[in-house]
Amino acid sequence: MVWLSPDESEALHLSLSVALRSVAISAPAALAVAWLLTRRRFLGHTLLDAMVHLPLVLPPVAVGYVLLILFGARGPIGGWLERSFGIHLIFTRNGAALATAVMSFPLMVRAIRISLESVDRGLEDAARTLGAGAFDRFATVSLPLMLPGLLAGAITAFSAALGEFGAVITFVSNIPGETRTLPLALYSALQEPGGEHAAARLAILSVTLGLAGLWVSEWFARGVRRMLGR
Amino acid sequence: MLDVAATKQRGAFHLDVRFESPTPGVVALFGPSGCGKTTVVNMIAGLLRPERGRIALNDTVLFDLDLGIDVPVEKRGIGYVFQDPRLFPHLNVAGNLKYAERRAARTAAIGFDRVVGLLELQPLMTRRVHQLSGGEKQRVAIGRALLSQPRLLLLDEPLASLDRERRDELLPYLETLRDQLSLPMVYVSHQFDEVLRLATHIVLMQSGGVAAQGGIGAMSLDPRLRAMIGPDAVGAVLDGTVIGRGAMGLLRVRLGEGEIQVIAAGSAVGTTLRVLLLARDIIVATQTPQGLSVRNSLKGVVSAVEDDGASDLVSIDIGGGTVSGGRGPTILARITKAATRELVLAPGKTVWALVKSVSLRDVTSSGFPHA
Repeated sequence: MVWLSPDESEALHLSLSVALRSVAISAPAALAVAWLLTRRRFLGHTLLDAMVHLPLVLPPVAVGYVLLILFGARGPIGGWLERSFGIHLIFTRNGAALATAVMSFPLMVRAIRISLESVDRGLEDAARTLGAGAFDRFATVSLPLMLPGLLAGAITAFSAALGEFGAVITFVSNIPGETRTLPLALYSALQEPGGEHAAARLAILSVTLGLAGLWVSEWFARGVRRMLGR
Repeated sequence: MLDVAATKQRGAFHLDVRFESPTPGVVALFGPSGCGKTTVVNMIAGLLRPERGRIALNDTVLFDLDLGIDVPVEKRGIGYVFQDPRLFPHLNVAGNLKYAERRAARTAAIGFDRVVGLLELQPLMTRRVHQLSGGEKQRVAIGRALLSQPRLLLLDEPLASLDRERRDELLPYLETLRDQLSLPMVYVSHQFDEVLRLATHIVLMQSGGVAAQGGIGAMSLDPRLRAMIGPDAVGAVLDGTVIGRGAMGLLRVRLGEGEIQVIAAGSAVGTTLRVLLLARDIIVATQTPQGLSVRNSLKGVVSAVEDDGASDLVSIDIGGGTVSGGRGPTILARITKAATRELVLAPGKTVWALVKSVSLRDVTSSGFPHA
């Protein structure tokens, strides 16, 4: 983009790439967890609910630290991923995506839960009497009906992922071109003498991105409401 | 045969029902709100699990606690039209119908075009669900249930959410389904006029139990049903035989040993015509009536005189001996207590029943075995 410097452009692309990956990781997991929390009663229900909401109340740096312990090269999960699949998370953009996914997970689960609770169980029963099995019902009735909530959740999580700072810098550090997303670039600019101008430009870019995200989300929700006749 | 025996405890409400009804045919679950009708239908559909009991349709056991059988809802092959239409809002009318068609377990007994034709859905096909009126929604819901090729169709007060006009608009469609498809149906209602128009069999429910059950003719005479429907709706449902055309094109119908003439079109000689004779429309005479504008009179013998609140209800056996116990079909007449005294009405007395008006329920074109 012509009006952005190469560094800014890089940070923007990286942010979008990390946020997209983050949503791709968290959406299916959030869907599964929201389903469990809404539709199933089981031992440890309250515990799972609390775990999901933990990132909301923990300092992001603490989340990054826990990730470092679990997913570091010698951590129990990180070591296993490295050995089994050659997946390397630490100091990579995939690691940044994981950190933002964990941080935005509660937002996503909440949005999906609300939309799942609003799905009329009667419609699922009707599908059942028409011969639709459990997965069929979910895919053809519940999922389309909760799509507005799911997408609103995804867009909110995407926007939150663009802005995540603490967990990212703790877990994957601040590496230009790999993990230096917009907020990290903004932070770096402020650390440099005479970086105020660069920082202001990055701040404006962040605001623009955030507004665009909100606008897309609203536009989409309106379209879906019209389709469902609400 | 639909065979239902089920118990269920829900809080303070105890449900314990047992009934069977012939198939094909329309069995009406009739009773006041809150007596457990919907619970029974949900148990037949499999949406609710009975605590004990057995539910079977013809040769297929759907639920049997002792045998450990509980066929899941989606495998029962039972169509369900709910009180609210429950159409899928993310699909249009055609999409809703095809949803069912694609998942039908059996080969199509009722084709897509036939369903669309019977329910006149063609003009609605591309509409979205929220663009339909209440009656149209229910028609689509019925069509959708039919296209799942059910072995049994459950209708839970499908007209309850509609206003009078829409109700009258939809009833003929239901009659068409009954007459054109030999599909067994369970029809839940607390409106007796609907039951009268549609049912061949009535299961009378009261506070979680079955108070009485039987064919619509026998049930129309049952005091427990009479108590539920109110004095003005009380009447006898009889099957008459069309014996020809009389003067002025009136249809001659044999009832018991007598005959009435009714205004009706298109019924061939020998076919069965179901008629409703309301008790309040019957006048009782102790002599051959003369010089009256009422054309139809049936000679019979009083079989019972019952105290029915402000008036008396007289049962009159109109002969022919076609009903069990050598008795003929019975009609009911509501008369004042003073009239009972004055005419000295008592069992065994010969009387003439004058019929002021007749309601017809044409079952001649139905797919039922008795047609």
